[in-house]
Amino acid sequence: MNDTPQPEPQNDERLVSRCQAGEIQAFGVLVEKYKQRAYYTALGLIGSHDEALDISQEAFVRAYGAIAKFQASRAGFFTWYYQILRNLCFNFLRDRAKQARPFSEVETAESSLQNIADESSNPAVIAERNELKDAVWRAINSLKDGDREIILLRDFQEMSYKEIAATLDCPIGTVMSRLFNARQQLREKLEGYLE
Amino acid sequence: MMLPATEKEKFQLLLMAAIDGELSAEEKPQFEQYIRQYSECYAEWQKYVKLKEVTQTMQFTRPASEVWDHYWVSIYNRLERGIGWIVFSIGCVILLTYGGFKAVEAIVADSKLELIVKVGVIAVIGGLMLLIVSVIREKLYTARTDKYQKEVQR
Repeated sequence: MNDTPQPEPQNDERLVSRCQAGEIQAFGVLVEKYKQRAYYTALGLIGSHDEALDISQEAFVRAYGAIAKFQASRAGFFTWYYQILRNLCFNFLRDRAKQARPFSEVETAESSLQNIADESSNPAVIAERNELKDAVWRAINSLKDGDREIILLRDFQEMSYKEIAATLDCPIGTVMSRLFNARQQLREKLEGYLE
Repeated sequence: MMLPATEKEKFQLLLMAAIDGELSAEEKPQFEQYIRQYSECYAEWQKYVKLKEVTQTMQFTRPASEVWDHYWVSIYNRLERGIGWIVFSIGCVILLTYGGFKAVEAIVADSKLELIVKVGVIAVIGGLMLLIVSVIREKLYTARTDKYQKEVQR
């Protein structure tokens, strides 16, 4: 029963209906489909591999517990799941802040980013890229939660403005102005690297 | 020529749409007009293009492949354990309630026990029940009012 379910060419609405009818295997197919996106979203929001893995899985567990209430005709599965995931992530960040361990102090030593163009064998180029990668990671980590979230959705999840607006339940104009503010912060933090 | 303050916000939104490839057909000429007409708009655009280039070359480090292999199994185990805990808790509540009721019944019926002992035992059991109800109520209240706890229903 707990074998990894093979994704089938079925739409989310149908899979959700099967979950609501008690078919756990259908939920497994949804998990397989969205696990990477879920994990990387959590990683971007909280910055730690182990916590991102744990929280993204916990969000799936909670989603399954609440699947009966979900109306697939009103929102996509991932959009709905994202609300659960972001609440868990922000809860986690809030608890961590209470323990006086702000995001920027938790995992700045080891960046969770990699440069797509890492194939260079020139040590100077590699060093420069690593420095830039660490600077970007530090800059993203030091943004406010909301700013980090919008950058993550657009630049790392590559979601369209329409998808972000649906996910965050706000108008597209708000998405654009939030993106501008977040990028302005990010640009200021990376000033020396963007010459 | 300086960009009028009233135009600033509009330009900023068009700028975001331009670097993300989200400009509509009617927005495109408006944006091009801004960067042609105002040098500060052109400079701003160049800076954000550079930022976009940098973030575009980054992606999150991929975890080991086992992470993906065990991902669903771990969720399945959590779901199974969750159901196990619920069934176990229901059983405990039933047994404790029944045991408590029988204990109170036996204590009240026992003529050899001093009244003060009977009152003490009943107070302990009653207090324990009150504490459990209070904790459950607090948990339910927190789940309803905590903006980060609730799961949004769409």
